[in-house]
Amino acid sequence: MNLKLKIWRQKNANDKGAFESYDVSDVSPDMSFLEMLDVLNEDLSRDGKDPVHFDHDCREGICGMCSLYINGKPHGPKDAVTTCQLHMRSFKDGDIIVIEPWRASAFPVHKDLVVDRSSFDRIIQAGGYVNVNTGGVPDANEIAIPKTIADQAMDAAQCIGCGACVAACKNASAMLFTAAKVSQLALLPQGQTERHTRVERMVAQMEEEGFGNCTNTGACSAVCPKEIGQEHIARLNREYIGAKAASDNV
Amino acid sequence: MSWFTQSISGTIGKKLLMSLTGLFLILFLVIHLAGNLQLLAGDGGKAFNIYAYNMAHNPLIKFVSYGNFFFILVHIIDGIILTRQNKSARKVKYAVSTNDSKSSWASKNMALLGIIILVFIIAHLAGFWYKFKNGSLADVVYDGVTYPNGYEVVSFAFSQPLYAGFYVICMVFLGFHLSHGFSSAFQTLGLNHKKYTPFIKKLGVLYSILVAAGFAIIPIVMYLKG
Ligand code: HEM
Ligand code: SF4
Ligand code: FES
Repeated sequence: MNLKLKIWRQKNANDKGAFESYDVSDVSPDMSFLEMLDVLNEDLSRDGKDPVHFDHDCREGICGMCSLYINGKPHGPKDAVTTCQLHMRSFKDGDIIVIEPWRASAFPVHKDLVVDRSSFDRIIQAGGYVNVNTGGVPDANEIAIPKTIADQAMDAAQCIGCGACVAACKNASAMLFTAAKVSQLALLPQGQTERHTRVERMVAQMEEEGFGNCTNTGACSAVCPKEIGQEHIARLNREYIGAKAASDNV
Repeated sequence: MSWFTQSISGTIGKKLLMSLTGLFLILFLVIHLAGNLQLLAGDGGKAFNIYAYNMAHNPLIKFVSYGNFFFILVHIIDGIILTRQNKSARKVKYAVSTNDSKSSWASKNMALLGIIILVFIIAHLAGFWYKFKNGSLADVVYDGVTYPNGYEVVSFAFSQPLYAGFYVICMVFLGFHLSHGFSSAFQTLGLNHKKYTPFIKKLGVLYSILVAAGFAIIPIVMYLKG
């Protein structure tokens, strides 16, 4: 199939940037979206032009590096997949595909489609961890965890930190990401030691990074490749209110 | 900042204020509507005038009404702060955006809907509330007792198609604001559970329709009655 791409090109963080149009031909429907971009980049390199920069790593939906706002939707038209898992069979011959970077003040554009998501790293550093004793390996299943709780924690733990939630939100809010990280640890016995401090610090960091506030539109969950649900945001609110009421941090 | 001011000025704290003030206003609207529906009693305004007089002279109601003004101010100011922050969180817009098609229109336009409601509230206070309070109402006597005739002011206002129409249209926007606001307020409080969230969502839709329709039916009926 033959496609017309309209891609956001921007030399660096200070450049104004603009859309450029490219034609790609002989795209196989079995290619992934990123492979299609690889083909374009090979063509560009052959012509001595600067290839289109985009983030990627695992290319199997687990690392959270790939991004791309494709035809007005993060990770493209299909639900519950990352851009690397999106196949070209989701498009038709002759389609025009508009590709933009994530847009958020807290995710400044580095180059072309690559944005700086280190604000997420700083939220994790603020409290997204548990302290453990070194020494002997504890027995598996030593601490009893109800199946339903383990399942909910696993659901939250699926978040790969891609930032599609921020990209989709009309307020560029990072509530779903932060909620997933707080939920995952707050649900488990291992996460109790830092429970109050964690949510206070992670939310404070999220504010400092300049993400927007949550209006509960649900746009984030609708585009999340891991289908993290709104109930996690409610849990984050609960955890935060509980911590503010009960924590010893004045 | 004390731990308390810091807690309510953060991103979740501000939403908490939105939610609590919004829920208070939601309760207030039920009481307000119950009172207003007496305009339709068909008794030339007797029930409504007696009720309005009693409300105005009940110390508890007076106290609650000050709270009501305060909460709506907090709701409005907080809403403006939130909306400004949300706008600056994305300075460069997308060229193409279709992803939020799954979110309700109301949820994406709460600030716009809020501003329309604010315009309505100002017109409403100037048109009715102020006239009720500044002692300019004519007197009417029921069973030997004199009451201010608020009904007359209302029925005159609603005999004008422009005023009645404006009122009805504003109620539609109020209904939209509430259709998202009702369930959103519970989510903000952290109350989301498969046991009761589907019920809250349905109740929110039902509430919005009943309250908006309830307020809107009054000018319609009074206009038609002339
Ligand atoms: C009787 C009138 C009103 C009622 C009952 C009401 C109720 C509510 C409720 C329940 C919410 C949801 C809170 C949450 O998500 O936690 C809300 C949100 C909101 N309201 Fe109102 N409201 C009223 C008037 C207004 C007015 C006059 C404004 C003025 C500008 C306004 C602006 C907003 C905004 C901007 C939001 C969204 C906040 C956000 O999530 O970002 N509202 N309202
Ligand atoms: S919550 Fe979903 S959309 Fe947001 S960062 Fe995690 S995986 Fe990506
Ligand atoms: S490249 Fe790793 S999730 Fe897409």
